[in-house]
Amino acid sequence: MTFTQAFRNLFYDRIRLVVTLVGILFSIVLVAVQLGLYLGARTMIISMIEQADGDLWVMAYGTKNFEEAQPIPAREKFAALSTPGVAKAIPLITSFTDWRKPTGGSTLVVVIGAEAEDNGLRPWNVIEGDVSGLGARDAVMIDKTYLAELGVNGVGDTAQVGASRVRITGLTEGIRSFTVTPYIFTTLSRARSLLDMPVDKITYVLAKLEPGADIEVVRRQISQKVPDSEVLTRDEFRQRSLDHWLFATGAGVALIGGAILGLVVGTVIVAQTLYSSTKDHLNEFATLRALGSSSGYIHKVILTQAGLAAVLGYMLGMTIALTIVYLSEHTALPIVMTPALAALLLALTVAMCAISALSAIGKVMRIDPAMVFNR
Amino acid sequence: MTMPAQAMTMPATQTSNVVLEARDIVKELGHGAGKVRALKGVSLSLNAGELTLLMGPSGSGKTTLLSILGCILTPTQGSLVVAGQPTAGLNPEQLAVLRRKHVGFIFQSYNLFPTLTAEENVRVALDVRHQRGSEAIVRAQRALQQVGLRHKLKSYPANMSGGEQQRVAVARALVGAPAVMLADEPTAALDSENGLAVMQLLSEIARDKSRAVLAVTHDPRTVPFANRVLRIEDGLIVGEERRTEGVETVHELARNRKRKANA
Repeated sequence: MTFTQAFRNLFYDRIRLVVTLVGILFSIVLVAVQLGLYLGARTMIISMIEQADGDLWVMAYGTKNFEEAQPIPAREKFAALSTPGVAKAIPLITSFTDWRKPTGGSTLVVVIGAEAEDNGLRPWNVIEGDVSGLGARDAVMIDKTYLAELGVNGVGDTAQVGASRVRITGLTEGIRSFTVTPYIFTTLSRARSLLDMPVDKITYVLAKLEPGADIEVVRRQISQKVPDSEVLTRDEFRQRSLDHWLFATGAGVALIGGAILGLVVGTVIVAQTLYSSTKDHLNEFATLRALGSSSGYIHKVILTQAGLAAVLGYMLGMTIALTIVYLSEHTALPIVMTPALAALLLALTVAMCAISALSAIGKVMRIDPAMVFNR
Repeated sequence: MTMPAQAMTMPATQTSNVVLEARDIVKELGHGAGKVRALKGVSLSLNAGELTLLMGPSGSGKTTLLSILGCILTPTQGSLVVAGQPTAGLNPEQLAVLRRKHVGFIFQSYNLFPTLTAEENVRVALDVRHQRGSEAIVRAQRALQQVGLRHKLKSYPANMSGGEQQRVAVARALVGAPAVMLADEPTAALDSENGLAVMQLLSEIARDKSRAVLAVTHDPRTVPFANRVLRIEDGLIVGEERRTEGVETVHELARNRKRKANA
């Protein structure tokens, strides 16, 4: 009967039900978009570090993220390679430069150079062309998301980077940059040429360890050999990049702040409507009390009402949120929805409604059962 | 048969079928300068198998006394025993347990749940007693049958007359088989015909030898249905009338009225 009473109370006043559901829906969509953007940003920030086949990263001191790294001496590669426990040391070049569009104008790009045969950092999610095609003259691969921004139509088109010509030989899908700056994949030597980087300089050395090697021991030994550079594990570099983009720049704080704001607004709306609904049914709760119901019974009715509102609001909110996720899929800032985020949103919605119910429960607990005689 | 007021304030403790006994009940309402002594030492007992009326003018303390006898309010002074259980020192949750075990209420405005059907309204009284499932449905239907509303099981209060709503409220009070049934102005919101029908119902319920019924009323038409009438004024029981000539049925009442009119 508690369910029946809660259900009927909820649906008795349709206008109030709509206001309640809109409150929850608004909250869920806002939180889903903000957290989805946050997850999307995380994925983009660490995608290169995740894809690169290196257990240890040798880089310039103080490097804050993958894109913004200063050059280091190319000989660091050999220092790493000569360290016991290192199976492979792969040089990597990356830096910003200008892409001159065939249609006129220019845009900033991040050139990533690695030898395909090294398997250090190859383009993935290739939808057209082949990574082996990067060996061809002027060859580069880009993500199809950035075709319009780069002023090209697809494979075969050419453009100018620095003083050199490049030709698109392949396309990827879903390799997007948090800075919205397109990535340009090419070979190590062509990247050096496009970026005008001296032959004795590289940006990173990816050290692949032998099976069973102690990562801390190897890191310490490499560090001793390259005193002018910094050696980070994959996890450390990933965390440093996230800390920089999401927290040092305030971008992540803004996204999380937006999500918290959504929760607060949703809680206030739901609490207000639930309180108002409870106030309208106060005499019924007093009657229940007079009939001898326990406090727990009345709490159950109110909490069930809040729970029903939560589930209904969640289903509606998730429908809209998933539509937004779908629509953002091919944009430069995709919103990510994972099962864990969906579960978190459900938990947040239920918690939000439960907190909202507290004000209603407080009101009911203050009623005088003798009011049943005063109507 | 009217007895002196002083004698009437004494409880009938010697009666073996007493199901509720109140002794020297004092109730103060409000605080500070606004404090009012609503009850000034009321003693009474309710006997199983009897319908007792509590009559008195507005502000005499009828509803306050009813609230205390129903364990909704606690007395400032005095003692109350319901179904053999003293209420002194019980907290609100323990009083709620006592209410659901032994007390049934009928309210002036029925206090039905507008979103529930007649059957569901009755089942709520069982639900708070943790009695659920098909057995609860059967009991609720039986209670509604007892008050003549078998055909209104699925009706909502908004689609029922005042008399029907009050009969649902009676079924709700009855379904938990309480030892004490307390009715607050049960006929006040009803027309004459429905009011008499509800009183007839209460007098039939009161014939159950395990149950006492107390109805607060100011409606003189209800007197013929009572076994006993208590009069309260200014927070004190000032008189008791025991109707030795017996309780009239609606038919007898109509016949007697007709006879009086013809005479």
